[in-house]
Amino acid sequence: MRTTQQKDDPTLQIEPGVPETTSIWQHHHILDIDDFTQEEIEHVFHTTQAMKEVMSRPIKRVPTLRGKTLITLFYEPSTRTRLSFELAAKNLSADVVSLSASVSSVAKGESLVDTLGTLQALGADIVVMRHPQSGAPYIATKYIEASMVNAGDGWHAHPTQALLDLYTIHEHRGSLKGLKAVIIGDIMHSRVARSNIWGLTTMGAEVTLCCPPTLLPAGLGRQHHHFPSVSIEPDIELALDGVDVVMTLRLQLERQQSGLLPSIREYIQLYQLTEARLARAKPDALVFHPGPVNEGIEISPAVAHGPQSVINEQVTNGVAVRMALLYILAGSQKQ
Amino acid sequence: MSIKVIMTQEDIRRTLARIAHEIIERNKVIEHLMLVGMHTRGVPLAKRLAANIEDFAGLKIPVGALDISFYRDDLSSLNLQPVVKRTDIPANIDGKSIVLVDDVLYTGRSIRAAMDALTDLGRPQLIQLAVLIDRGHRELPIRADYVGKNMPSSRHEEIQVKLEETDGIDEVAIFPMPVDKEGK
Repeated sequence: MRTTQQKDDPTLQIEPGVPETTSIWQHHHILDIDDFTQEEIEHVFHTTQAMKEVMSRPIKRVPTLRGKTLITLFYEPSTRTRLSFELAAKNLSADVVSLSASVSSVAKGESLVDTLGTLQALGADIVVMRHPQSGAPYIATKYIEASMVNAGDGWHAHPTQALLDLYTIHEHRGSLKGLKAVIIGDIMHSRVARSNIWGLTTMGAEVTLCCPPTLLPAGLGRQHHHFPSVSIEPDIELALDGVDVVMTLRLQLERQQSGLLPSIREYIQLYQLTEARLARAKPDALVFHPGPVNEGIEISPAVAHGPQSVINEQVTNGVAVRMALLYILAGSQKQ
Repeated sequence: MSIKVIMTQEDIRRTLARIAHEIIERNKVIEHLMLVGMHTRGVPLAKRLAANIEDFAGLKIPVGALDISFYRDDLSSLNLQPVVKRTDIPANIDGKSIVLVDDVLYTGRSIRAAMDALTDLGRPQLIQLAVLIDRGHRELPIRADYVGKNMPSSRHEEIQVKLEETDGIDEVAIFPMPVDKEGK
């Protein structure tokens, strides 16, 4: 074999271990990542990398999903998830229609099942839904042939957010295996936390949860046959000791009227991620927040905008990960 | 199953040397040349051609890699999903003479997809096509400018190109397609 400089050109690797085709993907819907295998998540990472190349082009559009219709159906407000899905679908040339519950027939009392029937009749290929009721997208799959993508259901799951968080870690660290991650804040109300626990543990990271005992879901931390094993450390300084990944969560102020916290002030004192506390983590630890950020409550502005924050990368990677998922789903739809 | 080797390592080496000479001959201004290999096996072929051209003409030609998964017309009808590889074009392709490089030319659909992918990235002066094997059965009006070997084949046969970089050995073989794959 000839040896030339071009052979060693790092930008043109042939990735000999990567197969040309794969059958590892087993999902027609994306409801949660609790049933995703490590190989499936790695397939998403791999495809996301290719999508990032598309996004770096001057014209960031490929014709892959031409003729496919994606409908977003949001029963709860959202900025980045919805925008991110719409941009992802448009970058792949799908037709995108958006429906907000507040301005549709839902406001006139139309049921979820009837609305889904309408979307099916309109020819939706992929429906992206956010719903305040945990489990709603699972029920929805019984009434629709389109692929259902869960963009957040109640307190239950937010699989695409977890995948973009996992991808962002993967991009920085190469692998998640053996990393220590801490999730700080309102775990109980957080679908982001639940999906991330599944994803992080599936990929081999160790997860610690840090929150006031009143915001810890009952039963978590005990050994559970249907939930991954996590550690609980209510003391934020101990929880941060030597970690690689720090995930902060939005304190859901609208859900704090029921006396779960003595006061927001106390919460800030005990659980805000500050520079001094972050110093206990590894020097290159990454700081995550799914947005929207309550600056000065769960995270100090200095950390949110500091050098270890990957909050903006999360948003950018969100589009690429969703492009990857839409592409993979389209490939799983047999004609 | 009868496997017939139609090109050995030496055949492949000689053929790529000949194609490199043809590329130099046909492109008077080789400064504008860029080789673009199509994943997977077009990429190592393009690199070898570039190395040959450097030997013969003393000029380093840029080499790119192109993945066509996003441009396929059969995404929903495939049994297996294509794994997307990295597209990596080293320079602006506007005004360049591009030589697309692939291992086997068959229906021509991959080449159609590759041309769509390239024109999304810019406006090349011209696009040529170099393939190691042309096995016929075109479904689109596409032909190659440089052909390593014409290999008339039946649709019930499979042509397998193996390259050292991807498969550990240089060899081209033809054999009857396994029955379970014919449905594809």
